[in-house]
Amino acid sequence: MNVRRSIGDRLFTVGNMTFFVLFTLLCIYPFYYLFIQTISNNDLSSRGLVTWYPKDIHFDNYVEVLKIKGLSQAAIVSLERTVLGTIATVLGSAFLGFLFTKRKMWGRSFWYRFVIVTMYFNAGIIPWYIIMMNLHMTNNFLAYILPGIVTPFYVILIKTFIESIPEALQESAEIDGAGILTLFWRIVLPLIKPIAATIAIFAAVGQWNSFVDTLFLMTDKAYYTLQYVLYKYMNESNSLAAIMRSSQGSMNMDIANMQTATSIRTTVAMIVVAPILFVYPFFQRYFVKGIMIGSVKG
Amino acid sequence: MEPVTSRPLGSRIRRVRISDRYQLFAYAVPFLALVFVFSYLPLYGWLYAFYNYRPGFSLFDTEFVGLHWFKSIVSNPTQTQEVMRVMRNTMAMSMLGLLTSIFPVIFAVMLMEIRSARFKKFVQIFTTLPNFISWVLVYAIAFMLFSVDMGVVNKVMIELGFQDHGINYLASDNHTWLKMILWSTWKGLGWGAILFIAAIASIDQELYDAAKVDGAGRFRLMWHITVPGLMPTYFVLLLLSIANFINNGLEQFYVFQNPMNKDHIEVLDLYVYNIGLVGFNFSFATAVSMLKSIVSIALLFFANRMSKWVRGESII
Repeated sequence: MNVRRSIGDRLFTVGNMTFFVLFTLLCIYPFYYLFIQTISNNDLSSRGLVTWYPKDIHFDNYVEVLKIKGLSQAAIVSLERTVLGTIATVLGSAFLGFLFTKRKMWGRSFWYRFVIVTMYFNAGIIPWYIIMMNLHMTNNFLAYILPGIVTPFYVILIKTFIESIPEALQESAEIDGAGILTLFWRIVLPLIKPIAATIAIFAAVGQWNSFVDTLFLMTDKAYYTLQYVLYKYMNESNSLAAIMRSSQGSMNMDIANMQTATSIRTTVAMIVVAPILFVYPFFQRYFVKGIMIGSVKG
Repeated sequence: MEPVTSRPLGSRIRRVRISDRYQLFAYAVPFLALVFVFSYLPLYGWLYAFYNYRPGFSLFDTEFVGLHWFKSIVSNPTQTQEVMRVMRNTMAMSMLGLLTSIFPVIFAVMLMEIRSARFKKFVQIFTTLPNFISWVLVYAIAFMLFSVDMGVVNKVMIELGFQDHGINYLASDNHTWLKMILWSTWKGLGWGAILFIAAIASIDQELYDAAKVDGAGRFRLMWHITVPGLMPTYFVLLLLSIANFINNGLEQFYVFQNPMNKDHIEVLDLYVYNIGLVGFNFSFATAVSMLKSIVSIALLFFANRMSKWVRGESII
């Protein structure tokens, strides 16, 4: 009896381990596959001969791809919206969340609901698009920043967090005559750092990954983001061919490493995912923390 | 949302600036204005559903058609057929989503059965990663892995003898729903499990000890303690996915769509996009958009009512 159970147990453990090893590999391999394509011999890569390890390692693809004009422009837009958008979202949502902890605020509970309710309804994408168009938010960089400044969910998180720390800290500053802005900047903001960091990470990943807003609102290449450009490269072989022709003229390199559709696509994809891959290991615990506090209701 | 409580003694000292109720409100005004502009003002766009709007004209220069677009959903056979097709896809994706929503629970329960803490952490770190990449990137990865000329999938399948030539998986309409649900499972499984892993960690350890003393084996512990311990969390998430039943989102289906699989991939959100921004039929798209918003609010209230009824607590 005892022995039999331990055999069943062991089988279960082995099966279980195997499943997790396989699924983890399934999550890692695609990124690895993408990466080895970008640093392998382009000719071999485009013929599907690079599968498990890189062959004839070189880094020309990165050098070449960064020369594509639209791409560096898109990288700048992506960086700008990530940095500015994150700062604006964290400060805006934190300040509003902070104001909502002030019981004296006129109409506080009404306005709090006014903000929170927007999590649960939206007018629909076409009405939203029409209004954005009327507000001249098409081909306008502000469309990346303004809509995210007040994110109801973050407002809830901040409000709940501030309410959980002793009020005495704020009160003493108020007695000393600090105004709302000083109070927020000097006292509250340093206190809410842990939650602000979590929000910043989520906001930054959201900004970097955002695709639909560019799809709807931007027709001018000057506002294309990396995500959007990557999507275009995946689908438009014509524009890729033009890029390839121009790059072939400009350099005299090994024929095997000439830019191919595959090399451009994989390299751009790698550039798009790299920031996430770099940042992720360091901030994984923030991500996990984020979902934990997210499960606490406001 | 709590009622205004009587103020503590100490706060009587606050006077000069912060005592001003309206000043506090004034600070909030710019932010409230942003919320109004980006979340409430689009409701004004619903008006377009009652006009025969053409891009480039002012709304009021175009013809007022009343409920024409709403009626056409049922009276115009072509449009009825289209909407039915799109609803079928939407329902199929949501049903599959509901069915697969149990996977993260199983994932968490099984992961907790592994003793090595380091292995658990390793698995968790790497399986949550796909959640943080965009759908465009998922598509790029799919494109590489499944490409006919270079993709590893075709290569391996041919080598193993399952197929004798390369197949363009992404451009075919075979099992489109299944493929979509597999991609969203790949992307979301590890991340979805985190909540349940946390819930397991919060189960009282004494329950396990007591059961072990009573002679319960591993599977009995799982079935009688871990699984019931997870059910409240699962139930809340299930209700939320019911509330989102017709909101499949746009991004995943947009990036994976092509002329081949359009029949099965076009969910409601994608359809609205395609008729509105690709077909420029703004008024009809707005009408469909509007109906969708109303139905999803109704679903939300229904899920909330269910939650109050079963758990005695609301989800919103």
